[in-house]
Amino acid sequence: MTQEAAPKLPILQLVGVRKTFNDFVAVEKIDLDVIEGEFLTIVGPSGSGKTTLLRMLAGMDQPSEGNITLHGERINEVPPNKRPTCLVFQSLALFPHKSVGDNIEFPLKVRGVDAKTRKARALELMRVVRLPESYHSKNVMKCSGGERQRVALARALAYDPEVLFFDEPLSAIDYKLKKVLEKELKDLHKETGKTFIYITHSLEEAMVMSDRIGVMRAGRLVQVGTPEQIYNHPVDRFVSEFVGEVNVIEVKKGEEGAPWRGIDVPGAFHVRPPEEDAEADHAFVVIRPEYLRFLGAGDTAQNSLKGMVYNEYSLGSRIQYQVRVGEKVMLVELSRSKALPIAADRSVTVGWDAADAITVRA
Amino acid sequence: MAQTSLSHPAAPVSLEAAPALPTKRDALLSLGARCSLPVIVLLAVGFVAPLIAIFAYSFAKPRTFEVFRSFTLVNYAEIFNVNNTVWLSFLWSLGFAFATCALLAVIAYPIAYGLNRVFGKWSSLVSILFVFPLFVSENVRLYGWVLFFIKNGVLDGTLKMLGFEGGPQVLYQPPMILAGMLYVYLPFMLFPMTLGLAMVPRDLIDAARDLGANRWQIWREVELPLAMPGILIGMLLTFVLGIGAVAEAKILGGQSVIVISHDIFIGALTLAVFSRLDLDRLLGRR
Repeated sequence: MTQEAAPKLPILQLVGVRKTFNDFVAVEKIDLDVIEGEFLTIVGPSGSGKTTLLRMLAGMDQPSEGNITLHGERINEVPPNKRPTCLVFQSLALFPHKSVGDNIEFPLKVRGVDAKTRKARALELMRVVRLPESYHSKNVMKCSGGERQRVALARALAYDPEVLFFDEPLSAIDYKLKKVLEKELKDLHKETGKTFIYITHSLEEAMVMSDRIGVMRAGRLVQVGTPEQIYNHPVDRFVSEFVGEVNVIEVKKGEEGAPWRGIDVPGAFHVRPPEEDAEADHAFVVIRPEYLRFLGAGDTAQNSLKGMVYNEYSLGSRIQYQVRVGEKVMLVELSRSKALPIAADRSVTVGWDAADAITVRA
Repeated sequence: MAQTSLSHPAAPVSLEAAPALPTKRDALLSLGARCSLPVIVLLAVGFVAPLIAIFAYSFAKPRTFEVFRSFTLVNYAEIFNVNNTVWLSFLWSLGFAFATCALLAVIAYPIAYGLNRVFGKWSSLVSILFVFPLFVSENVRLYGWVLFFIKNGVLDGTLKMLGFEGGPQVLYQPPMILAGMLYVYLPFMLFPMTLGLAMVPRDLIDAARDLGANRWQIWREVELPLAMPGILIGMLLTFVLGIGAVAEAKILGGQSVIVISHDIFIGALTLAVFSRLDLDRLLGRR
């Protein structure tokens, strides 16, 4: 059950998909090809339309405009019970009156599979999701949060869908267990070879698990790419800020040949022009905290700013400094081993090279 | 991405809520027992005392108040007399109660479903229309029916005035009694049922559908079992009320013996039903 190196085809295609509720546009003209067998994560803040998008893919809502095709066939109006797709709900939607086994066997039962075959399959799936066999008759409401996740997952797998949808199933799980389940989910994706479409508001979650990430904002799919592309080449300020804490400086191009000038921070800067629009004369420079450094005597950098450290936080192996530069607060993150003693007056010079920053158009 | 250490607010406050030290009184009665004791005593006295009184009366001479002063088994002999109509009345009231209960379940379910899922903002108006008649005494409403259907009453009289043959004579017949019971007890089935259906999360219906279930399977496997607590309470209410309803009629007819046996019967029935139901589950504390 390893992934074949065969050419990957789009299994699901969205063309101009739009969803409105009365006057409210929840999802705006989305075009997207989902490749067979990939782990695609849609990320966005709450209210960005990602759940609506998922509900349309699962068949619980119909698009107002546009087409959704599965293997090239239009499935806009096909009801959820007739689609080879299955959704793991945010609430998990386990049947509280049924045992773990009956929950997992539900899709088989409604399909008319006999009891013996059902039980065998349920036990098999429980092994896959690492639930002990003795849980088959356990009341599902007596299971812990992590165990319930596994039951929901096994139940979805019992349906044997081609595409599995996940609607933020890990949002209510504590950090440590979440890390374990993320890893298991990724392993499961590899083992089953099925297409996974995952929705979350946490880019961190997306980064860990996905082959590709789509970032949504206000109903639009702003960027789709590999985690590396999203992290290192965000298309705009929104995506760059979504990826994590960043420093953003607004800049305008100076006169012919002159360097760029800061708008919210005074000074002239070496700036690489935005990737998508080399001619832009108004842009945001995005610098991740770990790419900023303190300049001691004799250190040089292409760009530098003078400021005052007014706070520092321990992030475990790293330390984050909050540096006030004029009206602005810049974040600098250094590994603990490289931390410098701050001068008595707490004044510092923060520096970076143009190559360490990302420029996105305004 | 790197905020993890910030998102751990320390919560030492909860340490203060450690369990109180046990005292001598706790060994005798828990707080719960002490607080519920007055209610338990009141209910027990209210429930048991009349039963004892009735038991005592059962050995007294018929149509006297000679409790504890006379002893006779005439009353018991009377009950087991084959010619006694008590058993027939009993069967009638049981039959009416069962019929009311079953028919109301069928009638109220679609309405309850509508109130939850279909009527939308109209459901509050519909609920109010169901609640409103409850403010008028049951006897007054039933008397209204009598005025409507009685010979030369609203229906009959109007039809005659218009030159028709006159309305159907439906009063004082079993179907009419059943219709009256359905009318009076509908809210007692409808509202617990609506509450029961409201307790079925929308997600579960969606999930069942997503997992391949058709409408019938969703209803049988998910909706009905989860709404069952509400449906059962509704059925219990209407059944108990239904049996008592015929009893009231019998009170007016002067056969007080039947009422007594009903009371015993209802008590036993309630005990039997509730001993089999997990009340915690019924009240949604699954």
